[in-house]
Amino acid sequence: MADMTLRQWLLTDTPTSRRHAKLSALYQGWLAFRSNTMAMIGLGILLLLVFIAAAAPLLAPHDPFVQNLGNRLAPLGSEGHLLGTDSLGRDILSRLIYGARITLYIVALVALIAPVVGLLVGTVSGYVGGWVDIVLMRITDIFLAFPRLVLALAFVAALGAGIENAVIAISLTAWPPYARIARAETLTIRSSDYIAAIKLQGAGGLRIITKHIWPLCISSLIVRVTLDMAGIILAAAGLGFLGLGAQPPSPEWGAMISEGRRFILDHWWVATMPGLAIFTVSLAFNLLGDGLRDVLDPKAGE
Amino acid sequence: MALAEDSGKGRVRASLPPWIKTTILTIGSIAMTMLGLLFVTFIIGRVMPIDPVLAIVGERASQSTYDAVFLELGLDKPLIVQFGYYIWDVLHLDFGTSLLNARPVSEDIARVFPATLELATLGIIIGIVIGVPLGVVAAARKGSWIDQVARVLALVGYSMPIFWLGLMGLLIFYGILGWVGGPGRVGIFYVDVVPSVTGLILVDAALDGNWDVFKNAFSHIILPASLLGYFSLAYISRMTRSFMLEQLSAEYITTARVKGMSEWDVIWKHAFKNTRVQLITVIALSYANLLEGSVLTEIIFSWPGIGSYITTALLSADMNAVLGGTVVVGLIFILLNILSDLLYRVFDPRAK
Repeated sequence: MADMTLRQWLLTDTPTSRRHAKLSALYQGWLAFRSNTMAMIGLGILLLLVFIAAAAPLLAPHDPFVQNLGNRLAPLGSEGHLLGTDSLGRDILSRLIYGARITLYIVALVALIAPVVGLLVGTVSGYVGGWVDIVLMRITDIFLAFPRLVLALAFVAALGAGIENAVIAISLTAWPPYARIARAETLTIRSSDYIAAIKLQGAGGLRIITKHIWPLCISSLIVRVTLDMAGIILAAAGLGFLGLGAQPPSPEWGAMISEGRRFILDHWWVATMPGLAIFTVSLAFNLLGDGLRDVLDPKAGE
Repeated sequence: MALAEDSGKGRVRASLPPWIKTTILTIGSIAMTMLGLLFVTFIIGRVMPIDPVLAIVGERASQSTYDAVFLELGLDKPLIVQFGYYIWDVLHLDFGTSLLNARPVSEDIARVFPATLELATLGIIIGIVIGVPLGVVAAARKGSWIDQVARVLALVGYSMPIFWLGLMGLLIFYGILGWVGGPGRVGIFYVDVVPSVTGLILVDAALDGNWDVFKNAFSHIILPASLLGYFSLAYISRMTRSFMLEQLSAEYITTARVKGMSEWDVIWKHAFKNTRVQLITVIALSYANLLEGSVLTEIIFSWPGIGSYITTALLSADMNAVLGGTVVVGLIFILLNILSDLLYRVFDPRAK
């Protein structure tokens, strides 16, 4: 026991405690995940993105908001401006670096709100059943049948443009699939023997849902959220592009494309660079999501 | 719709064939979903920070004019009654008048909708013609280079901002190569040259026999349509592939192969034939998504369709137009969803 390496300890067939078993399962999942090169690339890109966002003030060569009209629309590789400057002479690279913060902020908020709402609706619907189930699932169906982008547009129109409202609008259109998944999981879990056992011990509905059903729904929700992240980024960028998300002079990537659109034929890099950034990040989320799905939910693959 | 529901209820109790019950349930769920859509747009219209009365009478109107319009719009009634009025209006295709040009919103929508329809239809055709064979071949040659290409195409499609790809397409094929027409539906010299019969310029030009206009319109539509086509083919090819893989692993395929049937016949005459039902639903779904997803594409290509219409209205706070457009797109989206569901039930004998 004493001369066991950490690796052996993690890969043991005879775990000594609950925590040991949990860590062991986690480690084995990680090993499976690690062998998926594409997923690792995705993870690497996202870690890099988080680092860039966190260290933005240190990494950015210029202030993203400072205008220099004497040096506007400078091409790629100009002195001091690796990715050139935009129509107001702002350094594009610096704006991209600061824009990473906005992208992460939006994605993180939506990824917190939508699945939690879905989890609540789905588990309650599945556990309580009866009329509650019928009503909640009808509402879910109705939202599921809506065209998402157009509905988000209408929401933003009502709430007013801005990042927070864009987040609310995207979340409002994103929660139904999570509710469906959570309900399906709940229905299978609800009838299992261990839930009956807990009930006999006197556990109430609230305790069963929060302590015993939620933890089991989490893994399929995580996979779905990761796969949805790309869509969330694209929707947020789309709203920004339409002028309904982040407002100028905020360096949001979609808004930057919209700004560069006017010069696309003569100064292509202004719109191209933020587009590449959006593409890279949503590609990374898709790769990571595929990899996670293979590890956590192998049946859902091919 | 209400009639069909009422007249059906008695028959269910008499336990007539199950399909009648299914039909009633379907109609009920369609009605519920549409009511839900109208409720949401109604609420959006109510929580908006824009005063609908002020928007009509203007800021300089006297208090009595204001009050008159206030009463005329029924704003003194309880919300539920107002909602009833709203449903009544929508059923009569009355979405109010646009604040920008004072024309009925329904007329505007009828004018811009064919442009979206034309674009989305050509897009889905491109998506089907390329996506389905690609998916079939990717499944038949699983792991081959074609399968890899299809995988990458789909992955890129899922990760690409459509408006950015559109801009890049304009830059390369219009700006640099000059192969296609620029933004808009036709060049400026061809506007209103052919009489508008269907509102679909390609069809109108063909009907008129004016091939110059047809060529010009085609050079304008091909880029945005290919763009939409690409995004639908990403989805269609993936789904086709997984349907085909499912079929190809079935035992009847092994039997067919053992009998010595050629691989071509096995794939196309047996396996593919059995995926058609599922494919129809996938295609209907992606068509619905295209109608909706064309919003951003229309902006990029200055395409005068319903997406451009909603966005322009949005930016000028013309809420009647925004909500009217949202309702129309929403209703079409819901109908296509239901249609795909129905097609599935009609064509798949197991679902009966």
